[in-house]
Amino acid sequence: MGKKLLTEHIHVPGINSFDVYKQHGGYASVERALKQMTPAEVVEEVKKSGLRGRGGAGFPTGMKWSFIDKKSGKPRYLVCNADESEPGTFKDRYLMEKIPHLLIEGMIVSSFALEAHLSFIYIRGEYKWIYELLWKAVNEAKANGYLGHNILGTGYHLDIVVHCGAGAYICGEETALIESLEGKRGNPRIKPPFPAIQGLYGNPTVVNNVESIAAVPWIVNHGGEAYSKFGVGRSAGTKLISACGNIRKPGVYEIDLSLPVKEFLYSDEYCGGMANGKRLKAVVAGGSSVPILPAELFLQTADGKDRLMSYESLNEGGFASGTMLGSGGFIVYDEDACIVRNTWNFTRFYHHESCGQCSPCREGTGWMEKVLHNLESGHGTSGDIDLLWDIQRKIDGNTICPLGDAAAWPVASAIRHFREEFEWHVAEPELSQKRNYGLLNSTKEKLYHTEATIES
Amino acid sequence: MLAVKTNKPVNFSESAQAKAREIMDRYPTGKHKSAIIPILHIAQEENENWLSVDTMDYVAGLMKIKPVEVYEVATFYSMFNLKPVGRFLLEVCHTGPCAVRGAEWLIDYLCSKLNIKPGGTTADNMFTVKGVECLGACGYAPMMQIGKYYYEHLDTPEKVDALIEQLRNRVDYKHENWVV
Ligand SMILES: Cc1cc2nc3c(=O)[nH]c(=O)nc-3n(C[C@H](O)[C@H](O)[C@H](O)COP(=O)(O)O)c2cc1C
Ligand code: SF4
Ligand code: FES
Repeated sequence: MGKKLLTEHIHVPGINSFDVYKQHGGYASVERALKQMTPAEVVEEVKKSGLRGRGGAGFPTGMKWSFIDKKSGKPRYLVCNADESEPGTFKDRYLMEKIPHLLIEGMIVSSFALEAHLSFIYIRGEYKWIYELLWKAVNEAKANGYLGHNILGTGYHLDIVVHCGAGAYICGEETALIESLEGKRGNPRIKPPFPAIQGLYGNPTVVNNVESIAAVPWIVNHGGEAYSKFGVGRSAGTKLISACGNIRKPGVYEIDLSLPVKEFLYSDEYCGGMANGKRLKAVVAGGSSVPILPAELFLQTADGKDRLMSYESLNEGGFASGTMLGSGGFIVYDEDACIVRNTWNFTRFYHHESCGQCSPCREGTGWMEKVLHNLESGHGTSGDIDLLWDIQRKIDGNTICPLGDAAAWPVASAIRHFREEFEWHVAEPELSQKRNYGLLNSTKEKLYHTEATIES
Repeated sequence: MLAVKTNKPVNFSESAQAKAREIMDRYPTGKHKSAIIPILHIAQEENENWLSVDTMDYVAGLMKIKPVEVYEVATFYSMFNLKPVGRFLLEVCHTGPCAVRGAEWLIDYLCSKLNIKPGGTTADNMFTVKGVECLGACGYAPMMQIGKYYYEHLDTPEKVDALIEQLRNRVDYKHENWVV
C-alpha cells in the first residue's frame, strides 16, 4: 500500500475537530515554521520538494511563490482555490469535508512563507456545508492561538476569510476567481500582469489549489527532500485522484505518482476494475478538459510502454496519443458508452460555462454543441465532423483564458481517436438512436480487461 | 435572463441585516463590495429562494453600491434564481460523469413522477426540477442538490420516491439559513 501523506489520519473519528486533529500531530508545521524557520526557508523547502500545483496546470508551487512581489511593500495575499468544478473532480471536497484543519494548517504556513497577513479560501457556493465546516475550523484555530494576532507569541499575525462563490466553473480560473472575490462577474483578466504582481485589489497574490496547500505541512515537517522521494522524476509526491464512471469503486484515492495506471484501475485497493463485468472503452484521466484516450492508448503508450499515473507518463505521445494528469478527475467509460453523446455533453458544459468575453469561445462552444447534438440525435451530415474539427482548431489558443482550449481538446481528441464512431452516427442515423457503437470493430480486444487482474 | 420586478417592499430580518454587516467587515477597508455574493445568498433566502429586482435594489442600498453592480453579479452566477422557484429546488447534475451513471434517468423519473418538464415547477408550487452542471459528486451519481444538502446514489425509483415523500412531509421547511 502506498504511503499516505495527506490522508493518513482522514478516517480517525472526530478528526474534523481541532483537538483530535492536534492529537494526531496537527499544527506541528506551524510551530516549526513560525518558530524555527524564516519565510524564505519555507519557500526553499517547498521548492526542494518538487511539489507541483494540484489544480490542473502542474506549475511548481515553490517557483510560483518565489515570483510574488515582496519589494513594492504592498500587502500580499494567498488565495486558496476551492472552486472545484471541473467535471470528474471531487477531491478537494473530500479533504475539506473530512480534515478541514489540514487546509487551515497549510494556509497558515503558506501565508507565512509569502509574508501575507490576510488570506482567503474561495469555495464554490454549492459546497455550503463545507463552507460552514471551514469557518468552524478557522474559528477553532483562532481560539487556540494559531490564527489572529501574534500567533504562538511569534509576532506573526494572520487572518483567514472563507469566501463563497455562487455557481460558475470559470471562477476556478485564477484571474476570474480574483475578479469574483472582488465582488464582480467572473471574467478572466488578460495576463500579464500576473497575479503575483497585480492580483487581488491590485496587490501581489498567489492562487493555489486546496491540495497543493494541504501538502505543505508534510513538507515543512519532514523536509522538501523527503517529499521529493515519493513519486517519480518531476512528478514528485502523492496526488489525490477522484475516480468515477463505470468502475466498481468510485471514490477519492491518494496515490503515489509512480503508480501504474493498470494497478490504479484494476486493483481492489483503488478503482477495483470495471463495474458489472463490462470491458473498458475509454478514459478521461484528468478532468473533462484533458484529451480522452481509447483503452489501448490509455493503458500503454503508443510505443508499448505501460503508463504510470504521473504528469510525464500520461503526457507521453503529446496530444497525438497521450493526455494529461490535469486535476485528477478520473472518468472511466465502459463498452456501452457513446463517445459522441459524451462529447456533446461536455461541449454543452463548456458552452454553458463560457464567460462570453471572447468570440471564439462564446460562439465556438455554442456552435460545436449544436453540431454535436445534431450528430448525436441522428441528424448529422458527412461534413459535420470536419466542421467540428475546424471549429475546435479556431478556438484552441485564440482566447483570453484556457477555458477555450479546455473546450476544444475533448472534441479534438474524440474525433482523433473515435472518428469511426462519429461516421457511424452519420451513416446509421436510425440505428444510432437505438444502440451505441460500443466496441464495434475493435481490434485491440486483448487490452480490454473485465476482471480485477492485479493483486493488491 | 430577464429579472422580475414585484413592487413589494423588501426588508431583511434583523439577524440577516446584522449578518450582512458582519460579512462586509471581513474585507479590507473600502473593499466591502467583495461581500456581494455572500450577501446575495442571504438575500435569496430572505426572498423565498430567488432574487427579484426589488431584492437586488435593496441589497444595493444596504451595501451602498449601484444597483447595476448587483444586477451584473446576480445575472452571472447560476445559483442565483432570477424567477420564482418551488419550495424545493431539485438540482440534478447532468454533466458527463453523472450521465454515465444514470443522471438522465433520474431527471426523467423525477419529471414524470412530478408531472413537469425540466426547469418547471409543480402546480402546488412544491417542487422545481432543474438540470445543473457538475456539483463535485461525480463518483456518487446519480445525485441532486436540494438547498444546502447533497443527496447521492439515487439509483433506484424506491430511493427517489422515499426522498420526495420525506420532503412533502416537511411542513416546517424553511430554506436553510446559509452563512455562518
Ligand atoms: C477554466 C478553468 C477552471 C479552473 N478551475 C480550477 C479549480 O476549480 N480549482 C483549481 O484549483 N484550479 C482551477 N484552475 C486552475 C487555476 O487557474 C490555477 O492554475 C490554480 O488554482 C493554481 O493552483 P495550483 O498551482 O496550486 O494548481 C482552473 C483553470 C481554468 C482555466
Ligand atoms: S476563453 Fe471563454 S471563458 Fe475564457 S475569457 Fe474567453 S470567453 Fe471567457
Ligand atoms: S458530473 Fe455530476 S457531480 Fe460531477
